[in-house]
Amino acid sequence: MDFSIKPVGDRAVKVQFQQEVTPQLNMKIKSFCKKITGLNIEGVVEVVPAFNSVTIYYQPFRETYLDLCQKMNSLSVDGSENEFEEQRLIKVPVVYGGEYGPDLQRVAKYNQLSLEQVIKLHQKPDYLIYMLGFLPGFPYLGELNADLATPRMENPRKSVSAGSVGIAHKQTGIYPVESPGGWNIIGKTPLQLVDLANERHPFLFEAGDLVRFCEISETEFLEIEEAVVSGKYVVEIE
Amino acid sequence: MKSQLIFNVNKAGVYTTFQDMGRYGYQRFGVPVSGAMDTFAFQVANILVGNQRNEGCLEVTLIGPELEVKCPVTVAITGANLQPQVNGEIIPMWQSIHLQPGDILHFGRHQSGVRAYIAIGGAFDCPLMLGSKSTDIKSGFGKLIEKEDTIYGYPAQKKKRFGLSGQSIPIYDKSIDVAVIEGPHQENFTQKARESFFNSFFTVDTNSNRMGYRLKAENGSIETIGDVWSDAIPFGSIQIPPNGQPIILMADRQTTGGYPRIGTVVSSDLAKIAQLPPQGKICFHPISIEEAQDRAVEMELFLWCLEKFRQDLN
Repeated sequence: MDFSIKPVGDRAVKVQFQQEVTPQLNMKIKSFCKKITGLNIEGVVEVVPAFNSVTIYYQPFRETYLDLCQKMNSLSVDGSENEFEEQRLIKVPVVYGGEYGPDLQRVAKYNQLSLEQVIKLHQKPDYLIYMLGFLPGFPYLGELNADLATPRMENPRKSVSAGSVGIAHKQTGIYPVESPGGWNIIGKTPLQLVDLANERHPFLFEAGDLVRFCEISETEFLEIEEAVVSGKYVVEIE
Repeated sequence: MKSQLIFNVNKAGVYTTFQDMGRYGYQRFGVPVSGAMDTFAFQVANILVGNQRNEGCLEVTLIGPELEVKCPVTVAITGANLQPQVNGEIIPMWQSIHLQPGDILHFGRHQSGVRAYIAIGGAFDCPLMLGSKSTDIKSGFGKLIEKEDTIYGYPAQKKKRFGLSGQSIPIYDKSIDVAVIEGPHQENFTQKARESFFNSFFTVDTNSNRMGYRLKAENGSIETIGDVWSDAIPFGSIQIPPNGQPIILMADRQTTGGYPRIGTVVSSDLAKIAQLPPQGKICFHPISIEEAQDRAVEMELFLWCLEKFRQDLN
């Protein structure tokens, strides 16, 4: 087995995987989470995946640390069964630049690229969601093209609107809710990443999904935005 | 059943919110757990009025609200002693009392602790969001109670009065020693840093809140080595940011964090921290996971017995 288990206080254990953070490891983590959840252990409250670890929250009066460790050690995780598992690819329409992406220019200038090149490079890869965190529904995406890496803003904005697509250092991300923030905002998606009124699926993303950014015009943005608000827009998922 | 007006808010207090045991089940989507800071006092308040332990309560911070009672209701106040009063008379804490329309529930001078809980027999009419009534303003769940708000609810039938005996009532000190399970980032701390952590006294910074308690070491700082990958952070995690001054992550913490963590406060000691005021002193000692879980089981057993006792009373 290539993971170790550590207590994180008396109500959580951390399963630490040893290998490098890669899409393969992410698959393995996804599979591990599924297996743990599938065991339906009475005291387990929830399972939270991260880059190279999984944290399992549990109630110590229903399950002891040692018993839980034993159950996890009995799980096999080679990740091979994932070949048949579906990975969702979610298309995220983005209008780049202008008022929607006030820092597109800054990113272009910093990396000595044209605006068009930044837009093209940003859309090129399919980004893997390694984990969600920081804000409800916020995806940690990998890997941003190194030619687009741009330092955080020196003076963070007091408010960045929901749907803003940004770059900070070697990362790109999307603000799911309005928040203060220091990322360079290059565009905006009309999609809602968090919709609390939708009780069955309040979150658009989950760890392990792929995200593909697709450029749209301002007119398309406004059309999609209206369709999203009225509940008529169907997100493209492959 | 239609909800009834329970309280008119004449004064809001400094930070009064609805809380329950927290918003569990959505941390993998980045949703903070939030919930009551002192889950012991919170659960006892519910039990005393005959509720399920997880029913939403008002969490009051240092300066309490002034509430005008609008219908007959059973109330219990637990946690910090902020001198609760009805119509100017001091009322006992940690027991259920019956209030009548026209009564004014208010608070006096701060005596001890930080957070008090007001439970009503029945339930407050407060929306369940992702399965929880907990207010978490930063994440967009609920809001602060404000002056002139009206608080609705579903008062239960009157039940026998019930209280906690003296020796079971927690005492909140301004200087505390809490137990810690070391890790998960042991490799990011030298033996020297570890010793310095367990041998230091820390002061709670005034800039502490429901998200985290910022501590200041009386001498020096705790050094860390190397970086860590972001991972999930439980209630009570002690992270050491680059300035070497620890932060204890509390109820409204983010779901994940990227600073090295030297340990996690055991769950049975979290209430002591939640009730430690700014400028309070804190020191830490390591214990084993087995001992920590024994204490957690003991606390659960106490609550379970209290709940049974309450049920048998009716």
